Amino acid sequence: MSAASRTRHRRTDRGAVLGLPRRTPTSKSPNILAGLGSVIWLALVAVPLYYLVLTSLRGEDNYLSQGALAWSGLTLGNYGDALRLGFLGYALNSIVVTGATILLVLGLALPAAYAIVRGESRAVRIAFQVILLGLAIPAQAVIVPVYLIITRLNLYDSLVAIILPTAAFSLPIAIIVLTSTLRDVPKELYESMTVDGAGTATIFARLVLPLARPGVITVGIFAGIGAWNGFLFPLVLTQSEELRVLPLGLSTFQSQYTTNVPGLMAAVVLSALPIFALYLFGRRQLLSGLTAGFGK
Amino acid sequence: MIGSTLERRPARRADSSAPRRPGRAGRTDRPGILWAAPALLFFGVFALFPIVLVAWLSLTEWSGLGDPVFVGLDNWLALPQDPEAPGAVWSTVRLTVLCWAVQTPLALLLGVWAAGQQRNRAVLSALFFLPLLLSTAAIALLGHSMFDPNFGLAEVVGPLVGVPDGNFLGNSDLALYMVIGVLTWQFVPFHALIYQAAARQIPRMLYEAAAIDGAGRFRRFLSITLPQLRHTIVASSVLILVGSLTYFETVLLLTGGGPGTASRVLPLHMYIQGFRAFEMGDASVLAVLLVAVGTLLSVLVVRVTGYSRMTSEREGL
Repeated sequence: MSAASRTRHRRTDRGAVLGLPRRTPTSKSPNILAGLGSVIWLALVAVPLYYLVLTSLRGEDNYLSQGALAWSGLTLGNYGDALRLGFLGYALNSIVVTGATILLVLGLALPAAYAIVRGESRAVRIAFQVILLGLAIPAQAVIVPVYLIITRLNLYDSLVAIILPTAAFSLPIAIIVLTSTLRDVPKELYESMTVDGAGTATIFARLVLPLARPGVITVGIFAGIGAWNGFLFPLVLTQSEELRVLPLGLSTFQSQYTTNVPGLMAAVVLSALPIFALYLFGRRQLLSGLTAGFGK
Repeated sequence: MIGSTLERRPARRADSSAPRRPGRAGRTDRPGILWAAPALLFFGVFALFPIVLVAWLSLTEWSGLGDPVFVGLDNWLALPQDPEAPGAVWSTVRLTVLCWAVQTPLALLLGVWAAGQQRNRAVLSALFFLPLLLSTAAIALLGHSMFDPNFGLAEVVGPLVGVPDGNFLGNSDLALYMVIGVLTWQFVPFHALIYQAAARQIPRMLYEAAAIDGAGRFRRFLSITLPQLRHTIVASSVLILVGSLTYFETVLLLTGGGPGTASRVLPLHMYIQGFRAFEMGDASVLAVLLVAVGTLLSVLVVRVTGYSRMTSEREGL
């Protein structure tokens, strides 16, 4: 909110800074190179997306006979096909995995961030260092041992098998974001609650939870998108068709219905709709979630 | 400490009507390690312990079923005889270097451009970041369909760029570059977003002072923007390098490592060894190597660039 108003306030100055032809003597010419570059990038981004949406709307026969980018015989039928071919089941699995991952990440990261910000013991500081270390671990490099652990826990081929490691790998960023949010809470607030006789649990429930809200939203989006788009853990840790999440489901659409490309493209569009809706209605929160850990 | 707080408080807030209980023994406002324990335990089991476990697994023979059998250094000694390994290493090096060389300048320029507050930039930026909304699988499948030589866009574009049959993915000279192209499309918006946020933090007065001194746009970019963004450049570069080194989902879905093994990068080779050939020991050797090289690379980048000294970007202000 305040950032937006600050942004508006600064706009006139920014033009000068970045060399735009706006009431500044410093730069009179428009930045032609930058303009050109941006148009090229626009084309690079727009053409595949245009192709995606257009193909998803073309009838299968039309796609096979009229060549790429033909603007005829448009139909919504592919979306119906995608829904019939198991999309809804995949979406449901993705919703369960995403919801559970968000809850698990927040449930673990919030108390941890509280301990890191307010705790005084050495153990807490070491814990924070250990978790920071974890930022450097690529999930791809540990799929074999994670597979071993999941099979030993008798969780192989279940949604829980996807949720646990997905949440674990979201934890470092989640804790970093929440820690920096809680650091902004004035010390006096904690102290005055202690004076009023509140213990750690009460402070956590009445002070930390409400004030951590901006961080909670960022972390929720970050963890949620990670889970929604996650492909690796579902690929390695599940095998049943009933347990496929969306990204995995899409990839099997590809192998099963090689000829029905329009149907596949419709499924791709559908799978991105929730995030697209978030982009339309909560762009700032979505972007801060996507770049969590790099925010400021 | 709590005691002293208690003594000071009433004096300052004499009118407060809240009932005040003296702090009971053993009750403190300081959360202990127990609050962090669940997160730590969870993270330990699924992220830290696997790092140790993968090193041990690299010393075992395991097909994914039953128990791993300790075989000492056998898997490590067999590595030089792996016929796919040299090709995979070379593909990985090319992919990593090219991804960095292509993505960094693109993301930097786009991010700095998008940091401007002009209306047209704001509108276009909203479009520029759209690839961020699609998952890896979605982007790879879209790419796969576009590059389809019979019905995709490749059929139209191919003849224009010297690939008459439009078979980009089936051409062993081109497949890896197509992967790099798709990865660039996927990840540049993310890095541009980081650069955009960082560029907006650059103090305005630097540019004003430079403008007074008569520095042109190019000079200002070189002497102000780039040095001011150096921490972001390092952070983004480390992400790209380590990411390119370990990320294989896109290759798997786009080319499957093919044609033949033309685009089989090391992490994909690891996945295929482990989950297609069920040689988990060999896969673990590759995993250990990837983690080691990735860590080495990021430490190197951080050292060489002086990022570790954490000097302020606001020096001299």
